[in-house]
Amino acid sequence: MARALVNVPKRARMGEIIEIKALVSHPMESGYRVGLNGAVIPRDIIRLFTCGYNGVEIFRAEFSPAVAANPFMSFSTLALESGTLTFRWTGDKDFEVVETAEIVVE
Amino acid sequence: MSARILLALAAAAGASLALAADIPPEQRRSAYADMSPELRAIQDDDAANPASLWVLDGEALWNEHAGAAQKSCADCHGAGGALKGAAARYPRFDAALGAPVDLEQQINICRTERQKATPLAWESHALLALTAFVARQSRGEKISVAEDPRARPFVDAGRRLFTERRGQINLSCAQCHNDNWGKSLAGAPIPQALPTAYPIYRLEWQAMGSLRRRLRNCLSGVRAELWPQESRNYVDLELFLMSRANGMTLESPGARP
Amino acid sequence: MIEAAEPHSGARREFLVRAIHVAAGAGFALLTGASTASATPDMLREAIDELLGGAQARPGRVRLEIPPLVENGNTVPLTVSVESPMTEADHVTEIHIFNEKNPQPYVMAAYFGPRAGRARLATRVKLSDSQRVVAIARMSDGSFWSDSADVIVTIAACVEINE
Repeated sequence: MARALVNVPKRARMGEIIEIKALVSHPMESGYRVGLNGAVIPRDIIRLFTCGYNGVEIFRAEFSPAVAANPFMSFSTLALESGTLTFRWTGDKDFEVVETAEIVVE
Repeated sequence: MSARILLALAAAAGASLALAADIPPEQRRSAYADMSPELRAIQDDDAANPASLWVLDGEALWNEHAGAAQKSCADCHGAGGALKGAAARYPRFDAALGAPVDLEQQINICRTERQKATPLAWESHALLALTAFVARQSRGEKISVAEDPRARPFVDAGRRLFTERRGQINLSCAQCHNDNWGKSLAGAPIPQALPTAYPIYRLEWQAMGSLRRRLRNCLSGVRAELWPQESRNYVDLELFLMSRANGMTLESPGARP
Repeated sequence: MIEAAEPHSGARREFLVRAIHVAAGAGFALLTGASTASATPDMLREAIDELLGGAQARPGRVRLEIPPLVENGNTVPLTVSVESPMTEADHVTEIHIFNEKNPQPYVMAAYFGPRAGRARLATRVKLSDSQRVVAIARMSDGSFWSDSADVIVTIAACVEINE
């Protein structure tokens, strides 16, 4: 199952600001919806998203139940070195998805 | 919500059944044109469109060996790109069945007859993923259905369904989508019901869904009893709706409110 | 269980948040009297107060872009960008997004450093009703800046009746 889709330029110039997009599959059940039987559907959300660049955290976002289903984030970082960007989402019910992307910086 | 407005509309339209004229071809526009720039941007950017997640899963399923025959879609069809143009021609008249089938049914025909596998359930993740993947191969193609003369009686059946009043609110599809498209209903513009982007990621569902599912929402909207999931009515209506969109560009998989 | 925010303990305070200016120019309405757990404009104020810790948030430098008329409250695209050189000496450290009428006031908290290059994020949020959305940025010098927007939320006309 495709759990996430990340978009990082394959190449960049040193010092260039690169835009990163990250999409993850998750229902983001807020915990405020009521099911057909009248019972509240329990909360099931992603709580934390982090992006690391060769092991250094360069972006972090704490999600609330107000984040939409199949969460999308777009943010930027300076292209400083070639290597790996690591994306990690964690949340309720031991949810964890890790996705990586390579970049060449010249 | 919109019940009062729909009732007013039904009353204003009068008691007689009018066979509403189709939208003149030059006035046709996809619901995309009514979307906000932000939602259009979501559809236009594969990196931001949640439908991409289903397309990726569909690609994996395309290559997966399944069923007693242990065949993958790729074994017969090759890479997905070989199906360019296919989705733009569905629903398609199936000679063996003597009736049209939509893309979801075609996928299940392949599953059961070629792969000797169990059919995929309606609106299941797997079926939506495969439909999204196949439809994606035809993005940008011109819709071209019902060319086969044998499809004609089914197009007519679809037209009848489109123009019949139904439901507690006693409205026909045509009254909204032919006669009142562009006007506002509960704060949203009424689209022309040209299915150019299916399967869609619908914000209301927070998920992917088929045209069949969307039609079921329309039936709910006029408080009509839903036809059973396997009802031929859906395909006839889909065929008619797609034929109204002939010549328009397929956007699949799209995003809709 | 529906998780409701605890009402603010102790005596109710009348609190006019003059520090937060709406782009349209009007301030928050003053709410007086008894509150309930669902009085989310109060929850919004409390959440912002907790972030500011007694400081003021000045309007400006922050730009919250959100469609004024939203097709579906389930998925509302928004972008927050902040004017900042993003140097080691002067950069955005946090962007916080709040809402006024959802069951709880938080939307997202994002953390930045000079490596961001640009203080900007885009995401998609859920809004349960027409309401105000507020974005507050914290800078490396400890100052707070803000922007807000009023959003009208419609829903789809033909919704599902699940069998």
